[in-house]
Amino acid sequence: MDWTRIFSNVAGELIAPTTAAYALAAVGLNVHFGLTGLLNFGQAGFMLLGAYGFAISTIAGFPVWGATLVAIACSVVFALILGIPTLKLRGDYLAIVTIAAAEIVRIVGRSTALTGLTGASSGLRGDSYKKTFTDLSPLPDGTTSLGPFSYSNNASNSWWIRIVGWAVVLLACWLVWRLLNSPWGRVLKGIREDEDAVRSLGKNVYGYKMQALVLGGVIGALAGVIYVMPRAVQPDSMGRPMTFWVWTILLLGGAATVFGPVLGSMLFWAALMLIKTVGRDLIPSTVMRAEQIEQFGWIVVGVTLMLLVIFRPQGILGDPKELAINVR
Amino acid sequence: MLVSVAAPAGASTACAPTPETGCLSGTIKTAAGAPAVGVTLDIAGPAGPLSVVTGSDGRWATPVTAAGQYTITLDATTLPAGEALRDPGNNPRTVSVDLGSSKGALFPLGATAGGAGGATGATGGATASPAGGSEAGLDTPATGFSTEGGVSWGRVAQQTIAGLVFGTLLALASVGLSLIFGTTGLSNFAHGEQVTLGGILAYVFTQKLGLPLLLSGTFAVLIGAGSGWLQDAGIWHPLRKRRVGMTQQLIVTIGLAITLQYVFQFFLGGSSLRIVLSNPATVNIGPVFITQQSLISVGIAAVVLVSVSYFLIATRVGRATRAVSDNAALAAASGITVDRIIRLVWTLGAGLAALGGVLMGLYLNATSWNMGATLLLLMFAAVTLGGLGTAFGALVGSIVIGLVVELSNLVIPSDMRYAGALAILILVLLLRPQGILGRAERIG
Repeated sequence: MDWTRIFSNVAGELIAPTTAAYALAAVGLNVHFGLTGLLNFGQAGFMLLGAYGFAISTIAGFPVWGATLVAIACSVVFALILGIPTLKLRGDYLAIVTIAAAEIVRIVGRSTALTGLTGASSGLRGDSYKKTFTDLSPLPDGTTSLGPFSYSNNASNSWWIRIVGWAVVLLACWLVWRLLNSPWGRVLKGIREDEDAVRSLGKNVYGYKMQALVLGGVIGALAGVIYVMPRAVQPDSMGRPMTFWVWTILLLGGAATVFGPVLGSMLFWAALMLIKTVGRDLIPSTVMRAEQIEQFGWIVVGVTLMLLVIFRPQGILGDPKELAINVR
Repeated sequence: MLVSVAAPAGASTACAPTPETGCLSGTIKTAAGAPAVGVTLDIAGPAGPLSVVTGSDGRWATPVTAAGQYTITLDATTLPAGEALRDPGNNPRTVSVDLGSSKGALFPLGATAGGAGGATGATGGATASPAGGSEAGLDTPATGFSTEGGVSWGRVAQQTIAGLVFGTLLALASVGLSLIFGTTGLSNFAHGEQVTLGGILAYVFTQKLGLPLLLSGTFAVLIGAGSGWLQDAGIWHPLRKRRVGMTQQLIVTIGLAITLQYVFQFFLGGSSLRIVLSNPATVNIGPVFITQQSLISVGIAAVVLVSVSYFLIATRVGRATRAVSDNAALAAASGITVDRIIRLVWTLGAGLAALGGVLMGLYLNATSWNMGATLLLLMFAAVTLGGLGTAFGALVGSIVIGLVVELSNLVIPSDMRYAGALAILILVLLLRPQGILGRAERIG
């Protein structure tokens, strides 16, 4: 057992770009579910659209800010399309529709008919859209080591994407903190607790829900952009499981809290890495093959999600009085 | 023609060998000679695992950066519905590649002809020659086929039959989903895994234990029903007693779905599993091909669905079930043991789903760990379309969804056909959220 390697692997997950992307996606979902009580099961769809929007417009020659705006615009349109038919209906309808819409995005994106635009199921290679972003980096080329972490400054899985990613996460957390304590945020929480009461106060519930759906979706799209920066845009890696991991992360850290999504994401990925690395060292391959250890990790995630929702729905940081997950 | 040679990243349809790279390529055509679109091939070898998908012309190609032996596995679940490999023993197959050259790998489809699904088959009209009339030619130049081409009456008839078959099998799975929603109010996202369970158990019994198909199918359904009973006794009944909210329970079903999917993968791996290895014989009815297997499957499904309908309409317990579904409190007040009815619904629903899984696994030629998850949203679409919570709505909805999925092949590429059905789901919620047979007051 090489504990130094295991711990540096696990600690590396704490600051990995993927962890930042999932934390950000969970912040977005927190606006939907934690603040407003919307059951969005299509967060991966927002992320995939953001990633496609950014990558395709960059390939078409847009600068970084332009491509980011395209990503945001995609998610806004998607949120409006989803919200108009469903926000007036009961919560679980939104769940079914969002999960279906995210699947539509993935199926259409991976279709061979769109090979020229999206690269079909093999997706868009990272090199084709990364350059404008790495060019923005003020860091010199080369590799920097900090304690156990050694990453290149600018290339692909870099310090630069880590810095930008976590900066965006912190910014989004700050936004949620401000919202939680704003009149607008109080209306959202009111909708979550008792929609009819808020309506009787003369508030336009539908409008508020739509605003929350759009805002959370935009944050999700940015998360998608960060997620694909160190890798490629692969529609099949951004399907339903991704949405479910984001949910697990949010419920683990605590919905309706400011730092819950961040804590949840760090714990989630660190724990998975721990299971993987320790499992590979301890369990002989005759008992469990390498991929079985990975699958075992996901089984643990599924069981954790079930137990969490039943026994501690408020998560680690949440306040049980603040959030009673329930819509009628 | 839709050959996208200029596609950017890893376009699956073009590869030119250079001194540093070699190419693996091939063309897959359906038995009727139309290109098989969207078939996934997994390639393992010195250059690491790769995955390619056939393009709109049925071609696939991938560059490899190291010479050596490559094992190519065709994912039979991604074949167009009704198509099967002519020689399943030839999958996976190994080829050796040198840098700077191209190597082809053939996967002829056939024997099932237009097959049950017929999906992309019979493009040039369903009178195209059946089995064996075509070779999956490696270097065959791209012919003028595309999935959009040639909407003929024969093809419409073929797709309609395929849609009816698919819809009937889907109905088996959806009825349980709808009954569970009706009696408990729970949207069960783990229902797809009950379908997978049926298919996978049938695979284990036939292929691992060598039982005859009929026996293993029966066992699969019985165990499936038992798993429904166990699930309600072990999870859902205690949760209802704890008064855990519906949203929480919904998320629990998602956790359960994740758990079960990876448990299936843990034991049986991620590749597709064929319940029966031989290719079924086909029957010609006018211009339409259908496999004997599909005919028998539909027969079984129809008999079961009629019995379930009879049970719901004409028996005391069935009437009680509908009463609980209508208004649980009122049913309890009039002396119906609601918990016992719910337990029955879980058992029945899971058993029907398992049967659906067995038949669907036969119809799609293979099952895999995520078969149910793929079908789950179609089931939700069917159930929502028919009216959430009404058993007969689920039946009607399933048939409509089946027809939509197969008929949409005529106008959109076949790898997008599930998207069409999901789009309908969203449109229904926009226009008539209570569904075809539902009542408006069910909606909050």
